[in-house]
Amino acid sequence: MSEAAARDTAQDNLIEIRDLVFRRGNRLIFDGLSMNVPRGGITALMGPSGCGKTTLLRIIGGQIRPDAGSVLVRGEEVTALTRGELLELRRDIGMLFQTSALFTDMSVFENVAFPLREHTELPEDTIRDLVLLKLNAVGLRGARDLMPSQLSGGMSRRVALARAIALDPCLLMYDEPFTGQDPISMGVVVTLIRRLNGALGATSLLVSHDIHETTGISDTIYILDQGKVVAGGQPSELANHASPRVRQFITGSPDGPVPFHYPADELAYDLLGGALA
Amino acid sequence: MIDFVRALGDRSLERLASLGRASIMWLSAIWGLPRWADVPLLIKQIYNVGVLSLVIIVMSAFSIGAVIALQFYTQLSRFGAEDAVGLGLALVLLRELGPVVTGLLFAGRAGSAVTAEIGLMKTTEQLSSMEMMGVDPLRRIVAPRLWAGVISMPLLTAMFNVVAIYGGMVVAVNWLGSDVGNFWSGMQDSVELWNDVGKGMIKSVIFAVVVTWISVYQGYDTEPTPEGIGFATTRTVVISSVMILALDFILTLSMYGEFK
Repeated sequence: MSEAAARDTAQDNLIEIRDLVFRRGNRLIFDGLSMNVPRGGITALMGPSGCGKTTLLRIIGGQIRPDAGSVLVRGEEVTALTRGELLELRRDIGMLFQTSALFTDMSVFENVAFPLREHTELPEDTIRDLVLLKLNAVGLRGARDLMPSQLSGGMSRRVALARAIALDPCLLMYDEPFTGQDPISMGVVVTLIRRLNGALGATSLLVSHDIHETTGISDTIYILDQGKVVAGGQPSELANHASPRVRQFITGSPDGPVPFHYPADELAYDLLGGALA
Repeated sequence: MIDFVRALGDRSLERLASLGRASIMWLSAIWGLPRWADVPLLIKQIYNVGVLSLVIIVMSAFSIGAVIALQFYTQLSRFGAEDAVGLGLALVLLRELGPVVTGLLFAGRAGSAVTAEIGLMKTTEQLSSMEMMGVDPLRRIVAPRLWAGVISMPLLTAMFNVVAIYGGMVVAVNWLGSDVGNFWSGMQDSVELWNDVGKGMIKSVIFAVVVTWISVYQGYDTEPTPEGIGFATTRTVVISSVMILALDFILTLSMYGEFK
């Protein structure tokens, strides 16, 4: 690839991951993973539970250092940044945690105001206006004085979303945003992710294993399996993917290349207490 | 046998690594503070660890002072030396019991609370999310608690001493009827500002550093599960108590020891 072409792809992709290797203890979590997150769209990362999706988000945010490979965010090599540079980079990243991770000793208003107070010198009036606008965007302007313990699961996720977008980040990362939500609040979160991505002109990276919701809003989907990206493309392409493993995942069949049964002897053999032997 | 040696080495390495992590955390947190914007955080923490510990400190101090006075009085009056109750009480409290008991109570009341609070923040990903917002939890969460502990505990120790001496006086003078003039003048004659009050305060500052360091580190390094928090709080109280008592012996030896 020529230098100019390389620069072009760097401009099209907000995140580029190349040959990522990460071990936890003796377990190989990522084994040469490579993927791109195009600028401006919603990219989803799917895979079975425990395949390291959340870990990948933490590597992108620089909270965990990989064993090998390169992670470029906005053209900066995350693995080589100092602590100060990392904190700087993270101001441009909004992340929604699976548990919402609201600060339990602050009200809804103070939670959303937190990043603004920490990173800007704005006067109190402006902060108030900004916080109310962000809360209005997620429909919770009226809940500003509640404490996190008074919120339902769906509401706290929306507050966390308002907090994540407080500084108008260029990258939004969602960790399992649909898990544990009732159908209504799930619908709300799906709509918000789509709408906020457009309104902020941001890039979204979302990690999930809810097929239906994810295929509904994503522009690009990557499927992770055994430490590698096994498939990537638009949602419609993946449904007809050549690999039976990928098709099983997308259609959610209980049995297939990923077996329903944990490896065991024949049932009849087990029931007869091994008497056939 | 080989397994035993390996396990021993494994454990020692793990302990050493943990001590290293604790030192790095402590240093980065201590350098982190001096910013005017953080003063409100500090004041809030001084309220949490200091002011909220006042009740237990004052109540314990009063009863400990009363008990010591009672014991001194009954023993000393056998030799007709009940005038020395005030002096004995003051020396025991200022040199030893004040800093030590305050340290133990502080570890149980404030230290365990700090560990549980930070551990819970870690378990519920509040520390992670803060980090992802580009805010350093060492500066925002850890540093104010460290400083608040180091500021509060010597003050609590001073408060402990005052209340305990008052409690002793109530017993010795108001109840048992020893002479109020002798009670105070004995103290005034023999208690030295530096040798008794000052050295006691130095002990207290050292205990404060150790206890807050242990409690903050145990919370910060806790395994992020509900059981993990439970274990961490227990460890805070146990390790702090043992450290206070062991350090107290070493400090007393080096401050007052005349072992020639």
